[in-house]
Amino acid sequence: MYELFKNLGSWLISGDQWSGSDGIAHRIAEHLEYSLFATLIAAAIALPLGLLIGHTGKGAFLAINLSSFGRALPTVGLVVLVFLISGLSLWSVYVALVVLAVPAIVTNTYAGMSAVDPEVKDAARGQGMRGHQVLFQVEIPLALPLIMTGLRLSLIQVVSTATIAAYVSFGGLGRYVFDGLAQRDLVQVLGGAALVAIVAVVLDLALAGLQRYLFRHRRTAAH
Amino acid sequence: MTIDWSWIGDHTDDLTTLTFSHLQAALSAVFFGLLISLPLAVVAHRVRPLRGFLLGLSNVLFTIPSIAIFVLLLPVSGLTRTTTVIGLTIYSLVVLLRNTVEGLDSVPAKTKEAAKAMGTRPLRTLLTVELPLALPVIMAGVRIATVMSISLVSVATYIGDGGLGQLFTDGFQRNFPTPVIAGVVLTLLLALVADALLVAIQYVLTPWTRRRA
Repeated sequence: MYELFKNLGSWLISGDQWSGSDGIAHRIAEHLEYSLFATLIAAAIALPLGLLIGHTGKGAFLAINLSSFGRALPTVGLVVLVFLISGLSLWSVYVALVVLAVPAIVTNTYAGMSAVDPEVKDAARGQGMRGHQVLFQVEIPLALPLIMTGLRLSLIQVVSTATIAAYVSFGGLGRYVFDGLAQRDLVQVLGGAALVAIVAVVLDLALAGLQRYLFRHRRTAAH
Repeated sequence: MTIDWSWIGDHTDDLTTLTFSHLQAALSAVFFGLLISLPLAVVAHRVRPLRGFLLGLSNVLFTIPSIAIFVLLLPVSGLTRTTTVIGLTIYSLVVLLRNTVEGLDSVPAKTKEAAKAMGTRPLRTLLTVELPLALPVIMAGVRIATVMSISLVSVATYIGDGGLGQLFTDGFQRNFPTPVIAGVVLTLLLALVADALLVAIQYVLTPWTRRRA
């Protein structure tokens, strides 16, 4: 056990591992590319949908059940299925990651919007605000913490699941996991897994920091 | 995308076996998750300083990718069903702990005071007053944990287990979509049925919530 962790340590810090096209730095870049691009597409689909459902109050059933459907869908199966149908294309990875990320964003955006006090919305309308003004100046700012929670949840899931890209022959940090499994090289597998976890935690902390920065005024306003 | 129905017809026995193995892994994980999270949640609920620590720890565990958890367990328990169940238990624990603490928090202070005033001892109050009243929130957690576990079992296919997930690796290696489709559909069905059963169990266990509605 001790030997294993010693080897893992030297694997993670050796300079050779970090450089080159199959080096750790390049794999992290690929992993980030898949994860961030997929989350962006998902946000572009899910945010308007969640806002629309929350603002109009129509389709709440969809918003609530979408998340449990998303939880039930086996991502491994989805990646493999899209890959087999679409052929050797990165789209199989993106489709699966986007499908994985959309439900949490929609559900949390909707939850944030529906938690906005109706009296506040009435007051905004009473002051003569139009529909879109209520949405952008009242509802979205108040719903933002939950919207951010949805984005963070999705990003973590996407980062950890992007490991699967390597299973269907692409890059990213999953390369180490699957190559290591094939070569029975436990150090490489553990190294890859640890790197994925580190990237996920660091990204989550970064988003949490961004969230705190965005809401720095809110806390002072509350006191 | 064509489905080879004859393959499905020829493999109903295999599909049934895999479905039960899949369900067994997921349910064991939720069972052990509950077994561990209930006492932890009671401690987190009563001892304030521990609360932040336990909830924070479980949130960090959740950021570790499922494949990574399975792989990190390999030196401990190897390529076995035990690894699958431990990995899934860790995941379900996160959801169950959070919901159980929230459920206990949601019990009105007056109800607990009333129990105390009637001379009910703390343990009895916990078992007969607090836990039953927290049940709806706890059950919401059990539902999420169950559906999530059922979906995650397939990730364990990379460490040689994975129930229905084996259909994904099989279909991928043979470039044959039918098993993959069967696996996805059966996983979704399993999650749907399990969730519906849990709703029914909750309905039976909490008769008092029905009268109010």
